Amino acid sequence: MTVQRANVQNVSLGAHYTVHMPAPDDFAFWRERARGLIQCDVPPDRVSWVEPGETGDLFAHEGHSRGEKRLPVAGQEAPPVRASKRFMQVARNAALHSDTERFGLLYRMLWRLQSNPRGMEDKADTDVRRIEELDKSVRRDSHKMHAFVRFREVPSDTGEHYVAWFEPDHHIVRANAGFFMRRFANMHWSILTPRGCIHWDGETMRESGPAQRNDAPSGDPIEDLWKSYYASTFNPARLKVGAMMAEMPKKYWKNMPEAELIPGLIAGAQAREAGMVAAGEREERKHPATFGEIGDAIAACRDCAIATCGTRAVAGEGKVDAALMIVGEQPGDHEGKAGRPFIGPAGQMLDEHLERAGIDRAAAYVTNAVKHFKFSWRGKRRLHQSPTAKEIDTCRWWLEAERAVVKPRVVVALGASAARGLIGKTVSVSQARGKAIPLEDGSELWVTVHPSYLLRLDGKARVEQAALFANDLAAIRARLTELEA
Amino acid sequence: MAQNTTQQTLQQRLEILADAAKYDASCASSGTAKKNSLGGAKGRGGIGSTEGMGICHAYAPDGRCISLLKVLLTNHCIFDCHYCINRKSSNVRRARFTPQEVADLTINFYKRNYIEGLFLSSGIIKSSNHTMEQLVECARILREEYDFRGYIHLKTIPEADPGLIHQAGLYADRVSINVELPTTSGLARLAPDKDARQIEGALAKTKSRIIEAKDERKRFKHAPRFAPAGQSTQMIVGADNASDADIVVKASTLYGSFGLRRVYYSAFSPIPDASAVLPLKRPPLMREHRLYQSDWLMRFYGYAPDEVAQATDSHGNLPLDIDPKLAWALKFRGQFPVDVNRASKEQLLRVPGLGTTAVGRILNARRHRTLRLDDVARLTQSIAKVRPFLVALDWRPTSLTDRADLRALLTPKQEQLELF
Repeated sequence: MTVQRANVQNVSLGAHYTVHMPAPDDFAFWRERARGLIQCDVPPDRVSWVEPGETGDLFAHEGHSRGEKRLPVAGQEAPPVRASKRFMQVARNAALHSDTERFGLLYRMLWRLQSNPRGMEDKADTDVRRIEELDKSVRRDSHKMHAFVRFREVPSDTGEHYVAWFEPDHHIVRANAGFFMRRFANMHWSILTPRGCIHWDGETMRESGPAQRNDAPSGDPIEDLWKSYYASTFNPARLKVGAMMAEMPKKYWKNMPEAELIPGLIAGAQAREAGMVAAGEREERKHPATFGEIGDAIAACRDCAIATCGTRAVAGEGKVDAALMIVGEQPGDHEGKAGRPFIGPAGQMLDEHLERAGIDRAAAYVTNAVKHFKFSWRGKRRLHQSPTAKEIDTCRWWLEAERAVVKPRVVVALGASAARGLIGKTVSVSQARGKAIPLEDGSELWVTVHPSYLLRLDGKARVEQAALFANDLAAIRARLTELEA
Repeated sequence: MAQNTTQQTLQQRLEILADAAKYDASCASSGTAKKNSLGGAKGRGGIGSTEGMGICHAYAPDGRCISLLKVLLTNHCIFDCHYCINRKSSNVRRARFTPQEVADLTINFYKRNYIEGLFLSSGIIKSSNHTMEQLVECARILREEYDFRGYIHLKTIPEADPGLIHQAGLYADRVSINVELPTTSGLARLAPDKDARQIEGALAKTKSRIIEAKDERKRFKHAPRFAPAGQSTQMIVGADNASDADIVVKASTLYGSFGLRRVYYSAFSPIPDASAVLPLKRPPLMREHRLYQSDWLMRFYGYAPDEVAQATDSHGNLPLDIDPKLAWALKFRGQFPVDVNRASKEQLLRVPGLGTTAVGRILNARRHRTLRLDDVARLTQSIAKVRPFLVALDWRPTSLTDRADLRALLTPKQEQLELF
């Protein structure tokens, strides 16, 4: 590229100038020289811009060590140089890019702006595009510096000193000193880079020459906590490696302590998610559609601890299209042995009350919130134990399968466990009883006590509670009649 | 309730409480008032700054940006929401932090430039007020004792005392209240302890506080700022049977009624020890992405909610294989092709594949030249995608928009899995 341009220069008239930049990021210097050259009407193909450490254009008219001194000087009457706001905005950044052609490109654009002041608006122009690309990659590099600098604490005379190592792609370190100063004003910190270093002591900013990685500390006590956080906040069910790589390319990883965890997290992710899904695989099946299927499936169910202790599953029984569904807590000793719901002492108590209230058990569907008997051994006796909320919620799926088949209009929950099985929430029976609670399938729920509660009471309390229970059943009976009418 | 808490190390508790917070999608730290740590009451300056744009300090392998320390104060909870890993009936390990511990963690992480600030949420312990007090106390320590000027996002508890919520807004950059589910019936079923009306009431109250505070600042320079980054909310996608159309309509109502900065969508993901009421299979992650795209269409591209709904299928769901803008364009082919040299900004914004930046570039370039297809190619990400919908000086997409297989032509090819 340079050689081609030099060839052109050989056959044309006029001197070729070389400008030696004092620093690769000295925009102010470039601006001043560029202004002078334009005022002297030096066209872009006659200027070479040389960074410190680079050799100048071999074909340059003047020696590169002295070239700059011989730059033409504009007279007082020379016209002012103009640039659009947009140009100033992007040029300042583009000048920090590591592309060695950048100053030449900027000069060419500035030259063109003199005859076409709105040139920057033509986004389809190749020079404009290129300058914007440079600006964009410098902005990105700065942004990554803001994000990926990792300070490590080192002991110092003044207390804490935080030191970071960073490897920017472009000449951005000095330009970003202000950001870190505004952010970490009361800290003493240094950012070391191969392109130069900056240091802040709480009052003044200092610069120093390029550093090496070994100059920066290699560890920090807080790092383990940070790595724990990084690993825990990652959700293995949502692996999106491409999205991560796009924003945090591998070249940055070596200076970020958390990045060393990434391969392990990815490798373990699929296994972790598969495990979670397998643990709940049942949920992906559809509800069984008939009583027979429900019964078989319940018998095979091993989704909670109760189901695995060897008792017989007890499905519901009753009329297929019953308007009333009665839900108890769980089968007891008798029910478990016989495989039918509500046949033990509590069942007999229930039958008596239903009969007195004028409700026909045979026309209803009777079932339990939990399908297996949960118990603990007391000598040779199996003693009833209440199911946990988790167990009720697990079993809720079966209850919903039964409700989907029966489609009752009224559901009676006997006791708080049954109510939880239906609405997923623990309610207080005393507050919920006596009124209808709408369920999402359009049916309604009535909550009352479990008959075994009455069995445990004596004397006056038993009489009182039995009367309340009878009241509830009477209200339900009335509601059923109303619905059937 | 807290048997093991005392024996757990800080690191173990951080693991538990960060893990418990990861299902919340929000992590933005942008759009707040500009602050820096130079100077100030204590003379030597504080710590922290916010300069408008938030910074993602790392990315997790799930592709999400890590910008804030996102933790719970505790994952003990008296509520029993089925979609939530921290619900009362779940068997997860429990842990808790003190407000001081969270503040110290935040400062230590911030000083090493790991984070932009703190996003603090909590399980409900004892009572809503007690929980809210603890959250506010943590923010107070950060602001007053550490002179921290970075970003703070507090999750507020709808049932808490209004005075506490007011305090929260004075310390925090952003406050949020999750609406959780797009339908009231979904909320009733899956979050039985929560109340849709109460949540919306709290959103409305916070909105009016934000407006009041802005108004006061116009009149009094030193009036305190109240949640300068506004309020946001989150909806869980795929846990109930709400369709994308339902969700989009709900989101636009939320934006409209409560002046929200953002509505976040969080694809319900299988959680360990899930409740039996939930579908265990996760919704495709792409669904969440399509919802964010539709959100974008409404906020930046001038689509009305019902227009987004027009892009959905017969079940009210957005197609997963193509983006909603393309889906809309394929349904309304009569609106295309659009003349890139004559069309209005609004028309150009509807062209699939043209973003707001590309449209801006086209409008600028138009003043200088009549655009050819090559020119457009230089201004856009991918000319292949926009070509069928555009007319340029040297280009007319003959009958491409009438082709029955246009959708197939534009649908991205099945991607091969990446090697890692």
